[in-house]
Amino acid sequence: MTIKGRIHSMESCGTVDGPGIRFIVFTQGCPLRCQYCHNPDTWKMNDGTEITVDELIDEIVKYKSYMKFSGGGVTVSGGEPLLQPQFIKELFRRCQENGIHTALDTSGYVKLDIAKEVLEYTDLVLLDIKSYDPKVFQELTGVSNEPTLRLAQYLNTIHKPVWIRYVLVPHLTDDPALVEGLANFLKDFTNIKRIEVLPFHKMGEYKWKELGYEYKLWDTPTPTEKQVEEAVSIFEKYNLPVEGGKVKK
Amino acid sequence: MFEQWKDFKLGDWAKEINVRDFIQKNYTPYEGDDSFLAGPTERSTKLWDKVSELMEKEREKGVLDAETKIPSSITSHGPGYVDKDLEQIVGLQTDKPLKRGIMPFGGIRMVKKALTSYGYELDPTTAEIFDNYRKTHNDGVFDVYTPDMRKARHSAIITGLPDAYGRGRIIGDYRRVALYGIDYLIEEKQEEKRLLEMDYIASPVIRQREEISEQIHSLQELKEMAASYGCDISKPAANAKEAIQWTYFGYLGAIKEQDGAAMSLGRVSTFLDIYIERDLKAGVLTEEEAQELMDHFIIKLRMVRFLRTPEYNDLFSGDPTWVTESIGGMGLDGRTLVTKNSYRMLHTLNNLGPAPEPNLTVLWSQRLPENFKKFCAKISIDTSSIQYENDDLMRTYYGDDYGIACCVSAMRIGKQMQFFGARANLAKALLYAINGGKDEISGDQVGPKFAPITSEYLDYDEVMGRFDQVLDWLSHLYINTLNIIHYMHDKYAYEKLQMALHDKDILRTSACGIAGLSVVADSLSAIKYSKVKVLRNEQGLAVDYEIEGEYPAFGNNDDRVDKIAEHIVTTFMNKLRKHKTYRDSIPTLSVLTITSNVVYGKKTGNTPDGRKAGEPFAPGANPMHGRDKKGAIASMASVAKLPYQHAEDGISYTFSIVPDALGKSEDEKAKNLVGMLDGYFNDEGHHINVNVFNRETLLDAMDHPEKYPQLTIRVSGYAVNFIKLTREQQLDVINRTFHDRF
Repeated sequence: MTIKGRIHSMESCGTVDGPGIRFIVFTQGCPLRCQYCHNPDTWKMNDGTEITVDELIDEIVKYKSYMKFSGGGVTVSGGEPLLQPQFIKELFRRCQENGIHTALDTSGYVKLDIAKEVLEYTDLVLLDIKSYDPKVFQELTGVSNEPTLRLAQYLNTIHKPVWIRYVLVPHLTDDPALVEGLANFLKDFTNIKRIEVLPFHKMGEYKWKELGYEYKLWDTPTPTEKQVEEAVSIFEKYNLPVEGGKVKK
Repeated sequence: MFEQWKDFKLGDWAKEINVRDFIQKNYTPYEGDDSFLAGPTERSTKLWDKVSELMEKEREKGVLDAETKIPSSITSHGPGYVDKDLEQIVGLQTDKPLKRGIMPFGGIRMVKKALTSYGYELDPTTAEIFDNYRKTHNDGVFDVYTPDMRKARHSAIITGLPDAYGRGRIIGDYRRVALYGIDYLIEEKQEEKRLLEMDYIASPVIRQREEISEQIHSLQELKEMAASYGCDISKPAANAKEAIQWTYFGYLGAIKEQDGAAMSLGRVSTFLDIYIERDLKAGVLTEEEAQELMDHFIIKLRMVRFLRTPEYNDLFSGDPTWVTESIGGMGLDGRTLVTKNSYRMLHTLNNLGPAPEPNLTVLWSQRLPENFKKFCAKISIDTSSIQYENDDLMRTYYGDDYGIACCVSAMRIGKQMQFFGARANLAKALLYAINGGKDEISGDQVGPKFAPITSEYLDYDEVMGRFDQVLDWLSHLYINTLNIIHYMHDKYAYEKLQMALHDKDILRTSACGIAGLSVVADSLSAIKYSKVKVLRNEQGLAVDYEIEGEYPAFGNNDDRVDKIAEHIVTTFMNKLRKHKTYRDSIPTLSVLTITSNVVYGKKTGNTPDGRKAGEPFAPGANPMHGRDKKGAIASMASVAKLPYQHAEDGISYTFSIVPDALGKSEDEKAKNLVGMLDGYFNDEGHHINVNVFNRETLLDAMDHPEKYPQLTIRVSGYAVNFIKLTREQQLDVINRTFHDRF
């Protein structure tokens, strides 16, 4: 049986979503509506193009040399990949069969049982925790953070390597108490390879306009380098392996 | 045995000329990191500041100074200095720094025109001699060109031909001067001449005997030139300083005698390392001093100048000289050829700042020491001044002592040369196929007259059939044109010194080239996978095209079109192989345009891929700007598919990426760039120029050139000072695909 999935696009040269040079598959469809989303064009379930796992694998293996030599692989990002668990599971299974490292970039907003199957074939999870605070999370994304936190804990239980990603948005997620809350939650995890503090940027702004969505962060500034450093230092205080991203104006 | 060879391990090299054997027996591979390197000495900084000042003045004037009377030769101009007290390595092309010599043997018209355009005038006596008494290469060629050749040249289906100046792309083995000294080299040449005392002295033997006599004469001149700087190079170099100086004298002699389009240096770093190591061990040289010698050597190489016409600069912008130095690579025995001096050579980019020349070329192998790979990647990210070529691929063809001439042309050093043949415009050839051999701009019948395509929509098979006919004609005409050019160059502007630093019997190639590969591939893809409607003018000439639907474009790792590109290269090469060449040279092909992609585009009408008349082609083997939409790696992967076995003269790819698209931290960026290069070369990519910067930097440099005197950018096979490009070329560079997604 050929499993099909819906994707938004592919990129042959990803270098920031997981280690090394990565082939990135952006899936179509997302249950979240994050205020700072830079890919709002991946939200709708029915947009994008349909593709079979076979077709996708044929494309991916063309880049094996680059993945091999850079220590890279395939990253599935979105949208929310876990909305298409069968597709991703099969894709990752076939990647691993070909000796290709797999990374799943997810918001964690999914039933745990569904995620479990995919995780069997996932080498690394890039888990976006938008906020540890349920209210802030709800405001930011429109949904609850409970599934995300549950997934985080599960990943620790099964010793699955994880990169945690935290987007730093002035006035929304930069309150030290919020950062502290997350750091405290993560401090005893043993599976965290890296925490990335990603400064909010406005590079996706134009897409909101094009799509006719109402963008709420027009007046929100990008964080200063100092703000990023402060957030980083909080994670460091908890002995977490944290890195701050570069501020893009 | 010479006393200067003390402590060297002897071998075949000590019995006959064999530089490779000397290197193999004596070099010290280095797998460590860059921590041993020394910064610039005060003397180096002072000297570079002085030279930079002169270069600044030169930029304002176009040419700082020029000779107007005495034709340049090895001994034509007495010693010249920048600052005698500071310079550790000496020797200038003329009597003053950056003063340009004149080389009329290639063509007197070029000299006159170039002088006039910079406000000088050729001395009347010199003019008279060359007008009335001394024929030049240029005169010879035009005496013999057929009307077809003139037409093809005029319509720019074949252009950039070296028929009015030096052909270049010959690498003398300058190391021989240091290793053996001139007297020994002369003895060897005399012996070669004795070997040519034959029973029947036919014209090839006569020619060779005359050439060797010329070579011997040039070696004597070289000795004389060195003596004017107080150096006796009759014997081998005795220490590191002499080895660098002797090698440079060899090269300097060549650039005093010839203004070839590309005057490459070869592969000297590891050779020189042997002398440096010997001196370091003996305690007579420190690391600071070694680096200083290399820095001063490089300063000299940055000062190489030729007098060119403004038309030439339109083709090859920014005063390139292609002082290409090949660095690194692996030996046949599996040891790396990277030495500490490979690091020192690249480190000059840190000590003196980025620069387009010398054209530093790293011969990349998967098996290069990881430390060295990382060091190169870091320098690329910082300076965008390095190009990379596939040593694992080329070593199987040329062994482990080859060098790159110009941009991408590999040749065994001292054992091989090429007859440089510029390039044929295949995009125009495709238009000739559609228009029955008529030029799409002038309407003239340039190619053979056959029925034009008259259908409203282009049919793939029909177009391919006609295209094949046009390529038959073009390949035939092209080889014959080159035969004429090189016959005359040998006759009137023979490279006597460079050839004196070659073996007696060498391999020659006829190095053809193509321009517009991605335009042709995309055009044929459009015809095959979408519908292309022809728009004709009143005379029935196809002048424009309308594309209905989408087509796969080259640069997206899509076999539907990539196979077309491969097919074009293979087909054209196979056609070239059918023709008889001058001196039984072996035809080869390059996919390389240098900056001439702009001029070629200017002279080519609308093409069926949607490119508008006058718009630049993509440089070299690059995908067309903006059509490679699947990211950097997909673009590289398409280029890597082009068959090197049918393009042995090189396949050039220029790659621009914004720093952040390489990764987050500095360390990750370097690591990812190394991974990219390993992947690309593993998949048999041949060459890559790596540029790492933001478009904004270039835009700012266009408006404020004074802020960016050393901003260097790799174009196609070479690097230029960005601010020296014409505005048109600057825009071309800026409009290229910058891979910026991450």
